[in-house]
Amino acid sequence: MQPIISISGLSKTYSPDFVALRHLDLEIRRGEILALLGPNGAGKTTLISIVCGIVNPSSGTVTVDGHDIISDYRAARSMIGLVPQELTTDAFETVWATVSHSRGLFGLRPNPAHIEKVLRDLTLWDKRDSKIMQLSGGMKRRVMIAKALSHEPQILFLDEPTAGVDVELRKDMWAMVRRLRSSGVTIILTTHYIAEAEEMADRIGVIHKGELVLVEEKAELMRKLGSKQLILELPDRLDAIPADLAAYQLSLSGDGTAMTYTYDAQGERTGISALLQDLARSGIQFKDLQTTQSSLEEIFVDLVRDGQ
Amino acid sequence: MNFEAIKAIYRFEMARTFRTPLQSIISPVISTSLYFIVFGAAIGSRITEIEGVSYGAFIVPGLIMLMILTQSVSNGSFGIFFPKFLGTIYELLSAPVSYLEIIIGYVGAAATKSLILGVLVLATAGFFVPLRVDHPVWMLLFLVLTAVTFSLVGFIIGILAKGMEQLQTVPLLIITPLTFLGGTFYSLSVLPPFWHAVSLFNPVVYLISGFRWSFYGIADVNVAVSLGMTIAFLLACLVIVAWIFRTGYRLKA
Repeated sequence: MQPIISISGLSKTYSPDFVALRHLDLEIRRGEILALLGPNGAGKTTLISIVCGIVNPSSGTVTVDGHDIISDYRAARSMIGLVPQELTTDAFETVWATVSHSRGLFGLRPNPAHIEKVLRDLTLWDKRDSKIMQLSGGMKRRVMIAKALSHEPQILFLDEPTAGVDVELRKDMWAMVRRLRSSGVTIILTTHYIAEAEEMADRIGVIHKGELVLVEEKAELMRKLGSKQLILELPDRLDAIPADLAAYQLSLSGDGTAMTYTYDAQGERTGISALLQDLARSGIQFKDLQTTQSSLEEIFVDLVRDGQ
Repeated sequence: MNFEAIKAIYRFEMARTFRTPLQSIISPVISTSLYFIVFGAAIGSRITEIEGVSYGAFIVPGLIMLMILTQSVSNGSFGIFFPKFLGTIYELLSAPVSYLEIIIGYVGAAATKSLILGVLVLATAGFFVPLRVDHPVWMLLFLVLTAVTFSLVGFIIGILAKGMEQLQTVPLLIITPLTFLGGTFYSLSVLPPFWHAVSLFNPVVYLISGFRWSFYGIADVNVAVSLGMTIAFLLACLVIVAWIFRTGYRLKA
């Protein structure tokens, strides 16, 4: 199926020494929940802002359901609802007025029934006649979500939706995200919290220093999380893995001095002892061995450390 | 054309005006009326007539222009500056609206407010000085053109302003002097030749002259020239604003 958002070669340079995005490619599938993980300043918000039309790209193209975001911006933007990270709302307008205003901006005729449904879903109905400035931070966040949903978008961007949000709102929000997804809406959210991405997403992407380091099915990622690597350091350089060890699917490091064996740590049989016996049989010596487990947490933490 | 968006912006802006009637409507009407009382009724009677028009009546078109100019600029600039300042502009930028629709919405609302004020002040002036309008259609034409043009000037200032200070000082330092020196209170014919020539570089001269002609049939410059200059000024503003939106200057990173 054709991806709903297709990003290719996207770069954004704010100044010669501040590159926010570097030649980023990403395809977002119709109807999925994609979580974008990354430390502060990784480029997540810049990416979203470009897709939504708030920031001009330096190079590269983005299409939304086949519509280029620049030459065919009307069709592209009509499909998208955006909930930005910052709590930016009007102050003096009522909840009802500001949410209805958003619908108008997106070119749709007034539809009080839809606005009512959105407000009820977000438990804002009782506050519909309140001025926004009288609302708490959590309520303002709900208003921003209501504005994004006012024009019935096909795609919803949630930039750090749970930053500074209490448990109740977080639960409500996830319930809403699931409801939207089951109605066919594609959802892209950014977060710092790995647990959140694990709980919600179908796929997870990690952005770091403007590059998409990894994007993978959550299930696949979880499988990788459950696997371990056994690294064998070799005293003698090896040109290739001997054919009789092919069954272990070993990988050889570039310089031929280390071999990696990946296995399922949760499995009943890890195959380690068989491998070691077969190695001895093939006459391959090793001077050291270690096992590692790469977790998303670890990848993430490494990235953050690199960034400092 | 995204008419719903134009309607939404226009309504939103008008709601802002009527939420603060004291500041938006009452105070400009009162402060302009003070000029009529002081210059028209009190001092005006001691000043000789200008080309057969009493001084009090002579200054009315200029004062209406003064108010239209300052109100248009401030309405036009605040309307777009605040979303930028608060960050709510994200929604406008991410909405499927063209720059033309954004301008029609914001500038249309700002100009409407100015026109409402213009009509109110005109009606108020009638209480203090004898008024007469020889060419009502021309009067409306100048009123609308000026309100639209200067709302657009305000809109541009609102986009370019980096902070509150610039937002306030640009109108004060540029618009107010241009209006005062543009013949609000005098006929250019009283100026020495040098200053008369300098004044012709002031675009406001053409607005006031043309507007006053529509009232009393007297003008500092030919009315066709006034109209031409006003339209030229409007077009210049449109070119600037089109460039701003095309490049995203001060709007988009």
